[in-house]
Amino acid sequence: MKKLGLIKVAVFTACLLPFAQLLLAAFGLAGQSLGANPIEELIHQLGLWGLRLLLLTLAITPLRRITGKVWLLKLRRMLGLFSFFYVLLHFLSYAILDQGLNFAAIGEDILERPYITLGITALMMLIPLAVTSTNGWMRRLGRRWKKLHQLVYVIAILGVWHFFWQVKLDTREPLVYAGILIVLLGYRIWLKRKR
Amino acid sequence: MKNINNNIIRPVDITDEQVYLKRRHFLQLAGIAGAGLAFSGLPSRAEAELKPLQTSPSKYSTDQTPNSYQDISTYNNYYEFGLDKDDPVRYAKSLITDPWTVKISGECDKPGDYNLEDILKPHPLEERIYRLRCVEAWSMVIPWVGFPLGDLLKRFQPNSNANYVSFKTLNDSTQMPGVRRRVLRWPYHEGLTMAEAMNPLAIIAVGLYGKTLPNQNGAPLRLVVPWKYGFKSIKSIVEISFSKKQPDTSWGRSAPREYGFYANVNPEVDHPRWSQARERVIGTGLFAAKQPTLMFNGYGDEVAHLYSDLNLRKNF
Ligand code: HEM
Repeated sequence: MKKLGLIKVAVFTACLLPFAQLLLAAFGLAGQSLGANPIEELIHQLGLWGLRLLLLTLAITPLRRITGKVWLLKLRRMLGLFSFFYVLLHFLSYAILDQGLNFAAIGEDILERPYITLGITALMMLIPLAVTSTNGWMRRLGRRWKKLHQLVYVIAILGVWHFFWQVKLDTREPLVYAGILIVLLGYRIWLKRKR
Repeated sequence: MKNINNNIIRPVDITDEQVYLKRRHFLQLAGIAGAGLAFSGLPSRAEAELKPLQTSPSKYSTDQTPNSYQDISTYNNYYEFGLDKDDPVRYAKSLITDPWTVKISGECDKPGDYNLEDILKPHPLEERIYRLRCVEAWSMVIPWVGFPLGDLLKRFQPNSNANYVSFKTLNDSTQMPGVRRRVLRWPYHEGLTMAEAMNPLAIIAVGLYGKTLPNQNGAPLRLVVPWKYGFKSIKSIVEISFSKKQPDTSWGRSAPREYGFYANVNPEVDHPRWSQARERVIGTGLFAAKQPTLMFNGYGDEVAHLYSDLNLRKNF
């Protein structure tokens, strides 16, 4: 089990790397830069990493089945929490840096901009999952824990949809994420049918 | 995908071109220009060849401080070279701007193919420092060099049928990797009413910061209509045509509900997917607030009369 500890440290560090790079870039250190429109770049990078980690979290079960490596499951919580970490920073960058905590404007965006409505819905659903990710909550909720955490599929759909709706023209990139999500969902459905 | 730029020189390091040039000079002296060019936001060889232009000041210039050359020349929408903001600076080097021909056609007495020198020769150049408001809700202040569009159009003697003028960008996949994907209808095309085109604010720009235009900013000649969203200000023009009917526009064809023919900057008419009430001012860093957007981008005194009979909510 010492090996698992090592893997966990490595994954933890890897998950922090994008954050570290963005931090350096935000302060213009080590040759990193966020470019001419730093707030937009920050929001985009944080959103992308939130979504990537969310999909990676969903990929763990299929990966375990395919490779047979049970220890993969031990990484799932960490990946899920890191996804939440990036999405939360994504939201905070939007609310604080972009909107300057103008609550009227944020409220209007949430009500009137469908892609923001989707994003905030996804974030609201992620919060209870992050809170109940501890062993204590797992025990307390028992069978209901699993049901609750199936919400993660809905969140992933909303996240990809949010991405799709915010691009101006180039839907290629969100479609790649949609494709990955469809494969992951399809696998789950196929597994269920098989049983 | 959006990449983080590995710029050695950050926008905040440079406030104007003077500093920029000094720095470049220093690097050249230090003999590391070659390495610098390869790895940083420093000018490409093509940019180093930009020619200085003789200009006079204009009463239409704003007294706001222009954005840095770095910001203006690295944060561009020019889909013929790719969809990301940093694609044009990377890929527009392949654009060949000399020789350059502009075709004049349609409802006018002097149609024909004109080479660039003939187009530009009669026109004294002015520096026009204009605000630019992008439809994506960001803005810059840009020191263009150019001359009134109306002065150019008059030379072709538009006839009484000429109600509109339209423009086309070069469409050459050997020079422009972006046109291989049909994200928009190529060639990029745009249009104005004749009244708009004759307004003294509308210019043909041929330079930036006192020198010829970098390719990614629309070399060798482009339109600038500062009271309209940036996508109206078509780049690298190869055709100008006069017509009786309102011409098509590339964005209008791809998303008519989102991009109208007029596209006047208007804080009260939102884009269907985002608000146009405020704008992110490029170059103000991570912690600056958005600024309120002004009707006609603040150029109402000069252009509002053009639209006195028009419902601007319908004709967005
Ligand atoms: C699970 C939740 C979320 C995920 C996975 C997510 C992911 C993303 C992604 C991938 C992008 C596009 C990045 C790019 O274009 O490169 C994006 C853009 C954006 N998201 Fe989110 N997001 C989430 C929640 C939110 C929330 C709660 C808000 C705000 C209320 C928000 C606001 C935005 C904004 C403002 C943009 C950029 C739009 C633009 O630049 O025009 N997102 N998001």
